[in-house]
Amino acid sequence: MRTHGTDAPAHGPLSLRAEMKERTGKNTARCYQCGKCSAGCPMAGETRLRPHDVMRLVNQDARARLLADESIWLCLTCETCTERCPNGCDPARTMDALREMALEASPGSPPRALLAFHRAFLDQVRWTGRSFELGLVADYKLRTGALLQDVATAPGLVARGKLGFVPHPIDGVKEVRRIFEACEEATRAASGKKEGA
Amino acid sequence: MARIGVFVCHCGENIGRTVDCARVAGEIGKLPGVVHSVDYKYMCSDPGQALIKQAIAEKGLTGVVVSACSPHMHERTFRRAAGGAGLNPFLCEMANIREHCSWIHEDREAATDKAIDLARVIVEKVKRNVPLETIRIPVEKRALVIGGGIAGIQAALDLADGGAEVVLVEKEPSIGGHMSQLSETFPTLDCSQCILTPRMVEVYQHPRIRLMAYCEVDAVEGYIGNFKVTIRQKARSVDETKCNGCGACQKACVVKNVPSEFDERLGKRTAIYVPFPQAVPNIPVIDREHCAYFKGRARGMKKDACGKCKEACARGAIDFAQEDRFVTEKVGAIVVATGYELYSIGKDQPAAGLKGYGEYGYGTVPDVIDGLQFERLASASGPTAGKLLRPSDGKVPKKIVFLQCVGSRDPAKGIDYCSKVCCMYVAKHTMLYRHKVHDGEATVFYMDVRAAGKGYDEFTRRAVEEDGAVYVRGRVSRVYRDGDVVKVLGFDTLNGTPVEIDADMVVLATAMRPRKGIEKLAQTLSVSYDRHGFINEAHPKLRPVETNTAGVFVAGACQAPRDIPDSVAMASAAAAKVLGLFSNEMLEREPTVARVDAALCAGCFHCERVCPYGAVEHKEVRDRKGNLLKVVADVNPGVCQGCGTCQATCPSKSVELMGFTDEQIYAEVNALAL
Amino acid sequence: MRVGYYPGCSLHGTARELDESLRAVAPPLGLELVEVNDWSCCGATSAHATSHLLSVALPARNLALAEEQGHDQLLAPCAACYNRLASARHAVACDAALAETIEDVLGRPFPSTVAPRNLVEVLRARLDLLRERAVRPLTGLKVACYYGCLLVRPSEVCSFDDPEDPVSMEEVVTATGATPVAWRRRLDCCGGAFSVARTGSVVRLSRAILDDARSAGADAIAVACPMCHSNLDFRQKALVRRGEAELPVLYLSELVGLALGLDAETLGLGRHFVDTKALVERALASKPGPAAKPGPRPSAPAAAAKPASPAAAGTEAV
Ligand SMILES: Cc1cc2nc3c(=O)[nH]c(=O)nc-3n(C[C@H](O)[C@H](O)[C@H](O)COP(=O)(O)OP(=O)(O)OC[C@H]3O[C@@H](n4cnc5c(N)ncnc54)[C@H](O)[C@@H]3O)c2cc1C
Repeated sequence: MRTHGTDAPAHGPLSLRAEMKERTGKNTARCYQCGKCSAGCPMAGETRLRPHDVMRLVNQDARARLLADESIWLCLTCETCTERCPNGCDPARTMDALREMALEASPGSPPRALLAFHRAFLDQVRWTGRSFELGLVADYKLRTGALLQDVATAPGLVARGKLGFVPHPIDGVKEVRRIFEACEEATRAASGKKEGA
Repeated sequence: MARIGVFVCHCGENIGRTVDCARVAGEIGKLPGVVHSVDYKYMCSDPGQALIKQAIAEKGLTGVVVSACSPHMHERTFRRAAGGAGLNPFLCEMANIREHCSWIHEDREAATDKAIDLARVIVEKVKRNVPLETIRIPVEKRALVIGGGIAGIQAALDLADGGAEVVLVEKEPSIGGHMSQLSETFPTLDCSQCILTPRMVEVYQHPRIRLMAYCEVDAVEGYIGNFKVTIRQKARSVDETKCNGCGACQKACVVKNVPSEFDERLGKRTAIYVPFPQAVPNIPVIDREHCAYFKGRARGMKKDACGKCKEACARGAIDFAQEDRFVTEKVGAIVVATGYELYSIGKDQPAAGLKGYGEYGYGTVPDVIDGLQFERLASASGPTAGKLLRPSDGKVPKKIVFLQCVGSRDPAKGIDYCSKVCCMYVAKHTMLYRHKVHDGEATVFYMDVRAAGKGYDEFTRRAVEEDGAVYVRGRVSRVYRDGDVVKVLGFDTLNGTPVEIDADMVVLATAMRPRKGIEKLAQTLSVSYDRHGFINEAHPKLRPVETNTAGVFVAGACQAPRDIPDSVAMASAAAAKVLGLFSNEMLEREPTVARVDAALCAGCFHCERVCPYGAVEHKEVRDRKGNLLKVVADVNPGVCQGCGTCQATCPSKSVELMGFTDEQIYAEVNALAL
Repeated sequence: MRVGYYPGCSLHGTARELDESLRAVAPPLGLELVEVNDWSCCGATSAHATSHLLSVALPARNLALAEEQGHDQLLAPCAACYNRLASARHAVACDAALAETIEDVLGRPFPSTVAPRNLVEVLRARLDLLRERAVRPLTGLKVACYYGCLLVRPSEVCSFDDPEDPVSMEEVVTATGATPVAWRRRLDCCGGAFSVARTGSVVRLSRAILDDARSAGADAIAVACPMCHSNLDFRQKALVRRGEAELPVLYLSELVGLALGLDAETLGLGRHFVDTKALVERALASKPGPAAKPGPRPSAPAAAAKPASPAAAGTEAV
């Protein structure tokens, strides 16, 4: 027997709500669409889906629509929604999970500029153990082709001694690399298990 | 030797369809000690009962087992039948083969086997039953009502009109409760004071009501029909027998700036005061915390710092030396009607788990008020004489935003229930506002409008359709002071747009909570309460105004959020229950109560600690010369509810529950297992 | 008092002055900062936005290192690092399965005993010393204390102060002799991590914050987060409208340093984009405070009268 909308069906993928509970430990079914999250969201004026829309779509199992929508990438993770949610639904954490799922489903899905930034940032950490801003900006510019954007300010940063030129890899850089790999491995294994189920 | 008769009922098709009743009767008839076993279509019918009576007479039965429905349904019927035939009624028991068997099984064979088991178990029990006598206790035909809000007032009047004596205890200087603070009341918009004041006066003048205002219940002993209540009369510092309520003392009082509780701190009062002009009784009290005389005393001054009221009183009624007094009253029943208070959005909270609203300013923004404060601002007798003026600067607010569900339905703030009343009073507030400020804009943020009740939905629709209130569906994220206005940041979830309003005033419909200190009173009365502190009713559907303690009843908003019609209905229901109780000279109680074997009892009093009803007393055991041998537990049969907790806890096995002794229970278990 | 120190990447780059000023104020405040050996990046928003596991594992490595190196508290002056460290610890505490996975991924034991601390709570725990040693109280300076997001939210994770009405930064500012102003946007988001990739949003959000601080009459904004600092300071040139005065944005440690009598260069005040000279001169011109003279310790200025929330009480603080 299957309770309406709550349990996973015996065959086929988990409902989005059930998967969300697995990933975040939060029960999105507690959302009663009061909109307090959206009322406090600093990005609500810029996104197509607001936090409460996202919560509703999760509960309606609208996986494809959510994962393809740019809105989930425009969350600033300021946590205002989570702080004020009457029901402990944690919209911010839900958005985190949706982004992660979007990447797993289709690595090219996030907006180019944001993805480029995150990739550039994480690559640096992977290869040196830390991030260094000049390299980050350069890498980002190369990835996005926005070469001229913001260059006016970079010399200012240099003049103020704010940009280190040389990346200093840390001693444990190998360990950090291994952490990246282990995380990717674990994530692959988990999603493989889900598909196999 | 036992001579048991067994009567298996088909209950029409109810049992007969799934259980082979004839086989049950046949199998059970083979058991040792069973001398008579029959089945019949309807045992509860007259001919059915006649079968039982006849068998008792003819076969000299020493016990009867009726295999039929739940004892809740017909135990009384069959015991009466047995009694009618001269058998002690407590030698008759039921085996439930309907709810516990035929209704829940399909396989006829297996169900029949189970029905046989169930009947056999009860046969073994009945073999060990002993005759018991119904307990009879006299009834004190006076009632105590705790709390003088509309619920307490209604209960007291109904009781007194029904012929009972009533003691009405109110902890404030005047009765009236929250209803006396309201301006106009939904769903008819009639003036609250106008309908309440006559009832308050009636209470005061009723020959059978003893009004004890400015009093609190300190201790309660005894049991249904026989409570002994200790009441603390707090020192008014005014002699009630001399005061005629002329008001001269209040005019003379030098302390004039105490925030008025009645006006929800929006107005001021003197240190010697009556809460409001229509107060009942119209006798002032001195608030010693603020009184100049008492403050001087507290500071150790030798000379009197003040005495203006005393000088002004022509009747010499001011009595600075008065102290708290205690009186005891004997009553047969108690009605709890202590009402509610509003949830505060401040940082300080009265109970663990509750949180205030930092996002709404923790109560520090002067033009953010609660519903009761709005009532006072709208009330003709209020601090602004009924003119709607905002607290910060006394301007007429042109834009008011009302927020529903503040605290209510907000588990993150510690309250998950709906306060039920707010949807209605917010609609009322928008109307009152628009009636007073014609060009005012009223915006309501809501999640759902819950207006079930006669004329209720029509009322909330009127607020929108005729009085132009704008309803926005969404919870507000933030409220803060921004210069001259109060900013409200919300979201319209129906059209998907952020909403930002520059309001002149914001009214929060804060949750209704039980009164502070209610837990202590509930413990004094041995009644249970829920995790919020609301008094529990004995059964949510079938016993809505009784509590789990016999003789204690509940009415009004102390049981759950209630509006006036609900509170009054509950109060009348509680009064009817009490009058029903009082219609008996003696109370009959089932004898299934615990009994202590004084010889075995070691006096550890575990039973006393676990007893939910306070039924365990101490009894001294003395030898013939009168020397104290030991102190043992003793169960007061009037108080005991027969729950058996003491029996399960007693380490020396010296407590037994009559009708459910260990011997009987073991016999039942053995009958199943062996 | 020795405390583990986790500077984080930005303190070696754009937020160099936070590192410099903190190291400078530590000795007079009785703090010994012991940098964690071979620390690595916390993963920041990028890990958080893309992989939950990574966003826990990267901070966890640093907490594990701190633990191995004998610390029981770890000061992360960058609010973002602090938040990541605290979130990781919280996530592991709430999820036994995750805790196991993390140990596998790290290849180290992670008993998670080290408590992450932020700049504000560490300074707030030393108010007595600060008041005593504030030889150059910043009397008359009006400061808008800006918390932003990562110091206080989610309160499940960052419980050192009230999430909707924090007081600790104001208390520190009061102890420097300056006056905190009341303003509304001190908990709003500045646009944080979108600084590079979605500048438009940052401009909108940061401008609102600057406008509000300015209209509240602030002479400066105090921050405790490199991201907030870069959005408000580095981008301010692009944010101010014609004719508007610029508003210096100082790290809380810099303000504290000024009050302690340290010079602008040591505190890295020259590294700001919005000129801090006028402000520094004003501070230098201020009369030496009572602490310079022998005598009883001054009581907190009136603005400190706000009662400390119990959550903020420094009972288990450094
Ligand atoms: C803003 C607002 C507007 C409202 N408007 C309406 C309306 O228009 N129409 C409507 O039907 N309802 C309205 N209500 C609801 C209404 O107030 C309640 O239904 C009603 O007051 C409940 O009555 P009560 O007697 O149960 O409780 P209360 O009015 O709270 O009275 C309880 C009494 O018990 C006393 N008491 C408490 N503890 C003790 C103790 N330990 N010992 C002795 N005495 C004690 C109190 O002092 C008080 O006098 C409104 C409520 C609010 C908050």
